[in-house]
Amino acid sequence: MEHGSYQDRSASTFSLADEDHTLANSLRFTLNQDPRVTVCGYSIPHPSEARVNIRVQTTGDPANEVLKDSCQDLMMICQHVRSTFDLAVADFKNNKGSGSE
Amino acid sequence: MPKVPLWDLPELPQNHLPPHLQLQKTRVSCNNDAPTNTESIIYSGAYAAMGVDNSLRLGEFRKNFKVNVMKLNEEDMEFDLIGIDASIANAFRRILISELPTMAIEKVLVANSSSVVQDEVLAHRLGLIPIKVDPRLFEYMSENDVPNEKNTIVFKLHFKCERKSGERRTVYSHDLEWLPFGSEYVLRTENSSDSTSKPKTYTSFNSSQETLPEFSNNPISVTPGIIISKLGPGQEIELEAHAVKGVGKTHAKWSPVATAWYRMLSEVVLLQDIEDEDAQKLVNKCPVNVFDIEDMGKGVKRATVARPRDCTLCRECIREPGWEEKVALRRVKDHFIFTIESTGALPPEVLFTEAVKILEDKCERVITELS
Repeated sequence: MEHGSYQDRSASTFSLADEDHTLANSLRFTLNQDPRVTVCGYSIPHPSEARVNIRVQTTGDPANEVLKDSCQDLMMICQHVRSTFDLAVADFKNNKGSGSE
Repeated sequence: MPKVPLWDLPELPQNHLPPHLQLQKTRVSCNNDAPTNTESIIYSGAYAAMGVDNSLRLGEFRKNFKVNVMKLNEEDMEFDLIGIDASIANAFRRILISELPTMAIEKVLVANSSSVVQDEVLAHRLGLIPIKVDPRLFEYMSENDVPNEKNTIVFKLHFKCERKSGERRTVYSHDLEWLPFGSEYVLRTENSSDSTSKPKTYTSFNSSQETLPEFSNNPISVTPGIIISKLGPGQEIELEAHAVKGVGKTHAKWSPVATAWYRMLSEVVLLQDIEDEDAQKLVNKCPVNVFDIEDMGKGVKRATVARPRDCTLCRECIREPGWEEKVALRRVKDHFIFTIESTGALPPEVLFTEAVKILEDKCERVITELS
């Protein structure tokens, strides 16, 4: 994983190895939802190389901090999805058990 | 709509989009010619000019996000994910298909195969048989690892069709026999002089897998009933198959799902009252029976949308001229009807939670590498 940046810390390109649309597109979503981000996007430079480049430009905050926060947001979303899903499954199993009796 | 002067328009409530923009943001319109508003508007400042904040608020997300389980058994599951963006739902789907590990046969040691099925075809067929075992109990085998009880499952297949019988016999997947002690085939070595030590085999198991608490009472098996080959009189297959852990992006045989997919909930809206003859016409138009007729009294019959979930958006109901003004077909952008078909290694609800965990791990990896 590399970190390409200039003197200006507010704009950076992050190159993530062994990742694809799965993570990059989700991160693009959470990054875009962050009000500190002015521009962001990602590209896969070559289809036979497992690598994505994520471009982040911010209103002034360091880009790597913003990306880190976006990852954190995505993790929180995942955790919430998981707990809600587990609850829903447990609910379904309980109701099914009582329904058949 | 009657013309209303601008200054007579009511004040919009704070942080709410006007209805037409809300519709564009949350629904895909499926028109006769083409769908419109297919994109999701995710930029936080998309509506900044109107003073509406479009950024992610976790509190808001937690309040709106819902999961409804529709169907659940050992193999299939259907559930609704409501209030989540397509990018994240798609991430879950992609992980389910290509990044969740399972065990699958990777190496086949053929001792004898006189059937008409070629060895490589036979090996490929064996590879695709789903093995009913929790992959979390095993480790990945890397290039320099020796096969041991923690990373390999060994199966034996010995099947013969007697010449006398004169009948053909079918080899099924359940004829594979689990060998908890590892391979039985002796590895040929140059200095086989010391006959006292245990002969070296193709695997080096330190202990039997049967002694592990997970397998002591439920032996490892494969999905039964899959035809592997057919043998003519006098033909025989004798082989050993070694299964290892892997992920679906290396080869589809490691994919834990037959498939996993989602569709957006369809929404059918009647823009005007459709009554009597037209109502009957509308009911007859729909091939999946979305509409019903309701008796309004006084002999008036009105069409209603009874089963919008069944709508396949075939657009048959709006194909004829004039009907597009009466019926609107839409898709709800943040309501996903998710279906998982498991191959049997893990139940579908476990697969989904594992997939979510993998996405979390990916985020964590990025965070640690950035700091």
